[in-house]
Amino acid sequence: MPASTVLKAPTAVAQRQRRANLRRNAFYIALVGVGLVAPFIAYPVFLMKILCFALFACAFNLLLGYAGLLSFGHAAFLATGGYATGYLLASYPGLTPELGILAGTLMATLLGVLFGVLSIRRQGIYFAMVTLALAQLMFFVFIQAPFTGGEDGLHGVPRGELFGVISLRSNLAMYYFVFAIFLLGYALIQRTVHSPFGQVLKAIRENEPRAISLGYNVDAYKLVAFVISAGLAGLAGSTKTVVFQLASLTDAHWHMSGEVILMTLLGGVGTLLGPLMGAGLVVSLQHLLAQSPLGNWVSVILGAIFVVCVLSFRSGIIGELGAIYRKNFK
Amino acid sequence: MTMIFGVPMAVFMGQLTLGLVNGAFYALLSLGLAVIFGLLKIVNFAHGAQYMLGAFAALLGFRYLGINYWLALILVPLVIGGLGMLLERFLLRRIAHLDHLYGLLLTFGLALIFEGTLVNLFGVSGARYATPEILQGGLNLGFMFLPTYRAWVLVAALAMCLFTWFMIERTRLGAYLRAGTENSQLMQAFGVNVPLLITLTYGFGVGLAAFAGVLAAPLYPVSPTMGSSLLIVVFAVVVIGGMGSILGAILTGLGMGIIEGLTKVYYPEAANTVIFLVMILVLMLRPAGLFGKEA
Repeated sequence: MPASTVLKAPTAVAQRQRRANLRRNAFYIALVGVGLVAPFIAYPVFLMKILCFALFACAFNLLLGYAGLLSFGHAAFLATGGYATGYLLASYPGLTPELGILAGTLMATLLGVLFGVLSIRRQGIYFAMVTLALAQLMFFVFIQAPFTGGEDGLHGVPRGELFGVISLRSNLAMYYFVFAIFLLGYALIQRTVHSPFGQVLKAIRENEPRAISLGYNVDAYKLVAFVISAGLAGLAGSTKTVVFQLASLTDAHWHMSGEVILMTLLGGVGTLLGPLMGAGLVVSLQHLLAQSPLGNWVSVILGAIFVVCVLSFRSGIIGELGAIYRKNFK
Repeated sequence: MTMIFGVPMAVFMGQLTLGLVNGAFYALLSLGLAVIFGLLKIVNFAHGAQYMLGAFAALLGFRYLGINYWLALILVPLVIGGLGMLLERFLLRRIAHLDHLYGLLLTFGLALIFEGTLVNLFGVSGARYATPEILQGGLNLGFMFLPTYRAWVLVAALAMCLFTWFMIERTRLGAYLRAGTENSQLMQAFGVNVPLLITLTYGFGVGLAAFAGVLAAPLYPVSPTMGSSLLIVVFAVVVIGGMGSILGAILTGLGMGIIEGLTKVYYPEAANTVIFLVMILVLMLRPAGLFGKEA
């Protein structure tokens, strides 16, 4: 009967879809499980550093991987979140850490609106140069502003009590708070990417004139993506400040903007897990090198990884693994 | 004493000269970026590092080989430009067919390698390079004191800019370059060796950066990080002017130098940031840049 063949095809597709969803959910559950037991195996402060940078890289990847916009100034948002949170928590002892982080994230989001409006006026290579220049402007602002502590930065930011109840002084409590923030940010990015909004972003990345001709307000989509990315980068910076109890110029330097590009590129641009993997690798590498005789060569080694990635490893670790998987198991 | 807007004439003119000299460097560097961008379509993030290498080559050449300033002014751009050609031939060419953002990332990686290596070898504190004897001292112009070396830098940089303009607009090789900028595939179909042209162009752009580096060596402390912060300002200058025209790049560079110098006189707090603020203004009023063609 023709009717049954018509019915059969969608069922097979639906079945495959269901199995794929199941696999993905199982994978995420496993990942959360690893995150929950990790602080009993590795040093929590080290893990928190990885999580903060992973969130930063995921936020950056939303822009590069899904909207095709290479921002060379994401350090500005990381630092703005960090400085705002640090300043507020240090000057108002009654403020709880989650409110401090919220305020820092808001500040970075506002800056994202400002920078976004300016930088999406230019495309491609100019976009990268504009964001870099704007971030450098913020760097000088942070050096001169009265509330950032100039070259010294902000020190001794109190971790405080979460919701005024749970003390974050213990690294374990702090870790679970950071882990929760990371999951929240990651879930938001995951939802954004898989939403109709995310699909339009991809369309813009692939063929901007086509997206315009289909009637999409391309600039508005780019701006929203930019603001979400900036806000989440700010969230990462704010959280980092609470963890390490300091905010410094390192976060605002253009090296930081380069590092987040490297993390994303190494892990895999345009994959959800890539930035997480890349951040883990780069932070671990820096940690290992800092203790070895090669400690002074960190930036040379990062530069070399950059060159190798661009020359022969452009889809990153997750991208390459995905290609191998698709080739052999499908 | 004569005053200009409440500032002594000598101070005003002094800062104006400083601004012009800085502007000459902006012009030289953005010119090199524009030449490279025209044909290769990539932004050379290693430009600052190559400028720094130029200054270091002059310093080390003098220290270990006894190469004097004048010889360095000719030899260093050739050597560093040659190094640039090797980079283009063996690295950049392999990614030329990809999205041009990869070129930016590759040259960024190279910049990190150059800068990091020299930091390890020589530390971050700068070394001094002696001003050649002829150019020491200064001229008293009556209304101001003009250090001879700064005057020389201005003359040399502008001469180099004019030379570049002449090469590109008035010679056969320059005509090839301009044609290649418009449509390199068609050029190749006409029998022009485009890959060689690309290598030479990149080498020339890098040579310009190295030339600027040698000029800068007696003026600023020679340190591994001297190029990177300068490059970001040059990027802003390029965004302001657009990379479409050679004279545009030169004028924007000099103009931004003057604006920076005057800001130092009237509102020193903003001297570091004024060029970025101008960039914001230009983006709002004329997004394509002052001399830009593209949207």
